Amino acid sequence: MININARNILLTPFLIWAGLFIFIPLVCIVWYGITDYDGNFSFKNMGLIFERGYLDALKLSIWLALISTVICLLMAYPLCLILTERQRNNSTIISLLFILPLWMNSLLSTMAWQTILEGNGIINQLMRLLGLPTFQMINTEGAIVVGMVYNYLPYMVLPLYIALTKIDRRILEAAQDLGASSWQTFVKIILPLSLPGAVSGITMVFIPALTTFVISALLGGGKLLLIGNIIEQEFTFQYDWHVGCALSVILMIFIILNMLLTTYFDKADAEEDF
Amino acid sequence: MKGCWEMEKELIRLENVAKAFGNLRVLDEVDLSIYESEFITLLGPSGCGKTTMLRIIGGFEMPDMGRVIFDGKDITNLPPNKRPINTVFQKYSLFSHMNVEENIAFGPKIAGKSADYIRDKIKYALKLVNLEGYEKHDVTRLSGGQQQRIAIARAVVNEPKVLLLDEPLSALDLKLRRNMRRELVRINKETGITFIFVTHDQEEALSMSDRVVVMNQGYIQQVGTPENVYNEPENAFVADFIGDSNIIDGVMVRDKLVRIFGREYPCVDEGFPEECPVDVQIRPEDIILDAPQEGAFNGVVTRVVFWGMSYDINVEADGFEWLIQSTTRRTVGEKVSLHVAPENIQIMSKPQSEDEEVAQDD
Repeated sequence: MININARNILLTPFLIWAGLFIFIPLVCIVWYGITDYDGNFSFKNMGLIFERGYLDALKLSIWLALISTVICLLMAYPLCLILTERQRNNSTIISLLFILPLWMNSLLSTMAWQTILEGNGIINQLMRLLGLPTFQMINTEGAIVVGMVYNYLPYMVLPLYIALTKIDRRILEAAQDLGASSWQTFVKIILPLSLPGAVSGITMVFIPALTTFVISALLGGGKLLLIGNIIEQEFTFQYDWHVGCALSVILMIFIILNMLLTTYFDKADAEEDF
Repeated sequence: MKGCWEMEKELIRLENVAKAFGNLRVLDEVDLSIYESEFITLLGPSGCGKTTMLRIIGGFEMPDMGRVIFDGKDITNLPPNKRPINTVFQKYSLFSHMNVEENIAFGPKIAGKSADYIRDKIKYALKLVNLEGYEKHDVTRLSGGQQQRIAIARAVVNEPKVLLLDEPLSALDLKLRRNMRRELVRINKETGITFIFVTHDQEEALSMSDRVVVMNQGYIQQVGTPENVYNEPENAFVADFIGDSNIIDGVMVRDKLVRIFGREYPCVDEGFPEECPVDVQIRPEDIILDAPQEGAFNGVVTRVVFWGMSYDINVEADGFEWLIQSTTRRTVGEKVSLHVAPENIQIMSKPQSEDEEVAQDD
């Protein structure tokens, strides 16, 4: 009993923190989202999503976040497989190299990508030097995806890497012993056993990619608007908190949907164990 | 006994196999023949190279030198999934995301067997390990002994020529371990699969095996039947490692006569040069205690420990602490005389190379 009481006392500061800085702001956002300027209950602002091309921005946001997540996943698996193999040979420096980008301000690294992809950027200058045709790279969907993948890849690598290091090497040897090739071992053993890591990686990449406005502003040149940019504009240029909050609530619904979906797949897999 | 095994068909031959990890020599130019359907045990203390030898046979390690011959073919460079050999790992290594049935079906499915065949095989394998009806169970919820049986079933279902067992009983409690020993021997005889069993437990090795390979520091010390390695150890390491032993320095006076602590005793060994220094081994159960007698080998009891079945009695005589096992109780301080029958005095040659000398120091 004393133990439980002590634990509750220790929990109090966090509960106060969560209430003040998580719960109350959330209620405020929802409140602003579902009321009009006179403070009356209304879905008018939420309905705005179907106007002014907001729906296109949301669709584009989901699409680009999806592509970035898939690319991160495809890049992270081979990378993490190599890392776990290396880690067994005791060289943690390599794994550090892939976490290092996290130490850098994401605004800075995104601006660096700007100078690389620009019309007069590093890549195009190189192309010109070699007498090759130049490309329009900045202000494209591709540029935004590059920025997203670069910024969020570590968030995919970390949980995946941890999940993979938890797989006992003897399990892989057992699969090999029973006749499985490397590919069969990956599909039948490594993939299912690392799925929880992949799922949390997907969530950790998809959500920031869906809500970003910095990457799209710098690499999309303000021509390609994502839902994050629109929300930002509502707050900073239009000073319309009600529309901004309403759009944020809609975005939150998609994030919750994404989390429900991923946990559903995670659970479905866990249930297969029984 | 040896002759009997030479009649058998040789299945695996290790030729001059050596392996080092960094500067550590784990296996030192080892030669070994393994026969079809036998239960052979690699026995030795940790770090003796037994597991490495098993992993080389399984294909999980490449030898630095030498060849592994299987059924007349060189398989040294063949990966594990291409060898007709299956392994039962120390910690079972079951696939936790699959149930019992899926675990056992893993090998046959990869091999492209039909669903009917696999179903029959799973039934047969579960029956073999006495776990009928466990198809749908979650492997992570089974007891250690049951997990071990599933691991065996998962390996046996592939009808391998050889089953490698890497200390499979070490994680089980004593009673379960004894049960599983009997089970393993039964499965070996029932299936005719060659069992290569690795353990550091001499009791396990003696009670299960057709032949025992005693290893130390990357060398094979002796290969023989359990009776053979117990009763006629070839050197002091084997004598000391298998069972309890009194090992004393001695000198061969001539054939069938050995000098220990200045006294001459008749024995049964011959073929050593005269005045050749040897190691003499006498098993504790072979020493008979009697009342002290004039001219006999007399000593004083220094310690008595009761083990249930017998007593361990320490007797100091001629400055040497003898270990004796007896069912008769003695008291500390009692004067006794020690007697040994000539056939129970085992003469072993002293190690010759420096490497072997090192090996025995441990």
